[in-house]
Amino acid sequence: MRSLETWGAIAAIVLASSAGDVLLSSAMKRIGDLHELHASRGLLVVVGRVFSEKRFLLALCCFSFGFFSLLTALSWADLSLVAPASASLTFIVSAVMAKIFLKEDVDHRRWAAALLVCVGVALLAM
Amino acid sequence: MNLKKYLVLLAVMCFGSIGDALLKRGMSDFGSVDLHHPLHVVTALGNLWILLGVVCLIAFFSSYLTALSWADLSYVLPATALGYVLVTLVGKYFLHENVSPLRWLGVLLISCGVGWVTRGPALTAPQPIEAPRRRQEEQHEVA
Repeated sequence: MRSLETWGAIAAIVLASSAGDVLLSSAMKRIGDLHELHASRGLLVVVGRVFSEKRFLLALCCFSFGFFSLLTALSWADLSLVAPASASLTFIVSAVMAKIFLKEDVDHRRWAAALLVCVGVALLAM
Repeated sequence: MNLKKYLVLLAVMCFGSIGDALLKRGMSDFGSVDLHHPLHVVTALGNLWILLGVVCLIAFFSSYLTALSWADLSYVLPATALGYVLVTLVGKYFLHENVSPLRWLGVLLISCGVGWVTRGPALTAPQPIEAPRRRQEEQHEVA
């Protein structure tokens, strides 16, 4: 197994996913509840609003980079290592980014849940 | 949170996990990526398993977008973590990967974390407008 390269690819997945998640969350909050928008204005308006949001397009770029990093990592290591390892780090990085950039109320409950999930996912990687 | 929203979270979990498993199946056929020719990985998109994985990931992405339109990122990520439990089960029973007792402990911790976060609010409450600013806005409306 290419250990160093695999963890490099996992780091690339984590950074791209976290940045993409924050951009996507910010874009979707600006657009509003998709269920309500769909009910009142129809599907075409929903698609138009989503694709005209710059942060959404930037998020897509981040996710595309993360996707090819994921394919590369999967060609070198087991799914049961790559998926949990990248996810556990993404939970923590995304929670910190959500607190800083999105001003989300990451209270004790969410930190505890993020840590439990992170440790759990790290154990999956063993 | 209503049933419809829980179904959206369930779709995020299922499509993400199945998509990852299909990508792994496809990359097993495709072989190892050479770091000297990194763009070669793009040709993996011609593999049927990879294409099926991409279809699942598009479904995952649509559900994820919907969830993020009414819930915080720091809520959606842990709430959908059961997907990784599903990945472990798929890895064990369909891809015949080895799952140790430590990994099963990890499955238990994730389940506890998911149960914990989904009992809290899904969205950060908007900050109340400060009294002086509200008075200014009211005066502006009267004028």
